Amino acid sequence: MTLSDTLHLSFKAIMSYRIRSILIVFAMALGVAAVIVLTALGDGARRYVVNQFSSIGTNLLVVMPGRAETSGSFPGMVLGQTPRDLTLKDAQLIGQLPQVKRYAPLNVGVAELSAANRLRDVTVLGSNANILPIRHMKLAQGSFLTQGSGHSAQIVLGAKLAQEFFPRTNAIGQRIRLGENRFLVSGVLVPQGESMGFNTDEVVIIPIDYAQSLFNTTSLFRILVEAKSHNQIQSTKQAILNSLKQSHDGEEDNTVITQDAVLATFEKILHALTLSVAGIAAISLIVAGILIMNVMLVAVNQRTTEIGLLKAIGANTTDIRRLFFMEALWLSLAGAIIGFLLGQFGSLLIRLIYPQLPAWAPIWASLAGVVVALITGILASLLPASRAAKLDPVTALSKK
Amino acid sequence: MIQLTEITRIFHMGDQAVHALNEINLSIKSGEYVSIMGPSGSGKSTLLNIIGLLDKPDSGHYELDGKIVTDLSETEQAQIRREKIGFVFQTFHLVPRLTAAENIELPLILSGLAPKERHTRVNEALLAFELQDRAQHRPSELSGGQRQRVAIARATIMRPTAILADEPTGNLDHQIGAEVMTLLENHHKTGTTLIVVTHDRELGARAHRQIAMRDGKIMIDQANDTI
Repeated sequence: MTLSDTLHLSFKAIMSYRIRSILIVFAMALGVAAVIVLTALGDGARRYVVNQFSSIGTNLLVVMPGRAETSGSFPGMVLGQTPRDLTLKDAQLIGQLPQVKRYAPLNVGVAELSAANRLRDVTVLGSNANILPIRHMKLAQGSFLTQGSGHSAQIVLGAKLAQEFFPRTNAIGQRIRLGENRFLVSGVLVPQGESMGFNTDEVVIIPIDYAQSLFNTTSLFRILVEAKSHNQIQSTKQAILNSLKQSHDGEEDNTVITQDAVLATFEKILHALTLSVAGIAAISLIVAGILIMNVMLVAVNQRTTEIGLLKAIGANTTDIRRLFFMEALWLSLAGAIIGFLLGQFGSLLIRLIYPQLPAWAPIWASLAGVVVALITGILASLLPASRAAKLDPVTALSKK
Repeated sequence: MIQLTEITRIFHMGDQAVHALNEINLSIKSGEYVSIMGPSGSGKSTLLNIIGLLDKPDSGHYELDGKIVTDLSETEQAQIRREKIGFVFQTFHLVPRLTAAENIELPLILSGLAPKERHTRVNEALLAFELQDRAQHRPSELSGGQRQRVAIARATIMRPTAILADEPTGNLDHQIGAEVMTLLENHHKTGTTLIVVTHDRELGARAHRQIAMRDGKIMIDQANDTI
């Protein structure tokens, strides 16, 4: 029997048991679609987080006071020391390192903002002019805290705040109170929305000196550092640690985290999540495979006399085995293709409903879904096919 | 030429061994018309199955056209069934989801013949068995006589050297049965060996050579003098 005849005959068999075939194909398609949609979700979440995290800066390093200790106690405690704070002097020291492109010291606090009978609490960022390029923020209008004019009482408003306090007038040049002090609005930020749970539309930025006096502190919350290039991130980290250690009398009491490392961790976790979700979905494919096996076994049983007849008119075991094998292959192939389309359609729906979630199934997942469907289909057909091929023609023909 | 030598076939029913065929010796020349008769369980169907290579004897050997076929592989036996033997069954055994034409075509498909050639052969057969207006009907839409005609067309489409019919008229009424027998006999006249298993005496009497079996043995083997 030629291959095309085998394909044709097995296809005819599938078409004549329509409901049975539709149900199996549906089960198989659902499994493939589940793999594709779920990995699309998982990978979409990963891409979403990575995008968010990348958007907060490039080649970013964050210097924090204190040191994450695994020994459980800070060594300085024995000597009655506490971890040293980060200071503006430390920030300047870091700024002098050759690997550092720019740095921005950072203080964060909450203060009352008031103007024209309006009043609300806002998050205050104290920094210098570098915070803008480092954090990928943009000005909508006006000018930022100009470098060197750190002592003038300027304030930059988040987009939403500018809208709230000066709904009808231009915010630039207006006077506004922050805590006890009066500031001149010098600029307004471009609305960015939330990123990493931090909404830049509702913050104000003031020069670091003012922030320190506002919050009555000399220490810094963070120092944000941008390395000159991606390759220099590690050496920058080392250089910062060394220089801080020197200025802190040999005590390593600071932590530097790199955006890269955090990003890699996020990616790893979310990739593992995607994989495990895909694995769970793949179980449904195996269930579909078992379904195919069951249905093919029933088919062999139903068509016993037909198999006997085929043998009587000269079909050999290979012919019979191939017929049943092809039948299962058709079913799983149809299931795989329909499932693939269904999965792509499902991912599209998710992207339409949640436009911020890039729910594209990775190619490996689509491929794996289809391939696993075919393989389970093929494996599931082996037993029924060989059972059909081994039927004794005389017994088969005499079956009523 | 069919040559059976000391063919024995034993079935096991529980712990009891039943000799369906007990050291049968039989020789049937090419082009003969033989009827095999006997009561149920006499071994006549088993004999036919062994001749048709559907069943294997437990001992003895079987020579077909000068070649011992008992020890051939399954695939080689399938090829012989395909090329040299045509089966006709009491219950027709048509594939229910295929049309009359497709059922007739099946042996040609199994032999790997090109579709074009198959088409011509099937059309010839449909014409010969007066089934041309039934070609696209499924077996469930055909009468018993038509079904058996489809089955005979299928059995003869490969131009076999022997046609083995197991109670070919068993499910048909008398008149239709007679018509079906005429078809088989007409085909026999073209030189094909025809072996018919039946327990209908009248039908058996039409054969040129009559074999009567009982308990797995041939009791009578005689030429029909009246023809």
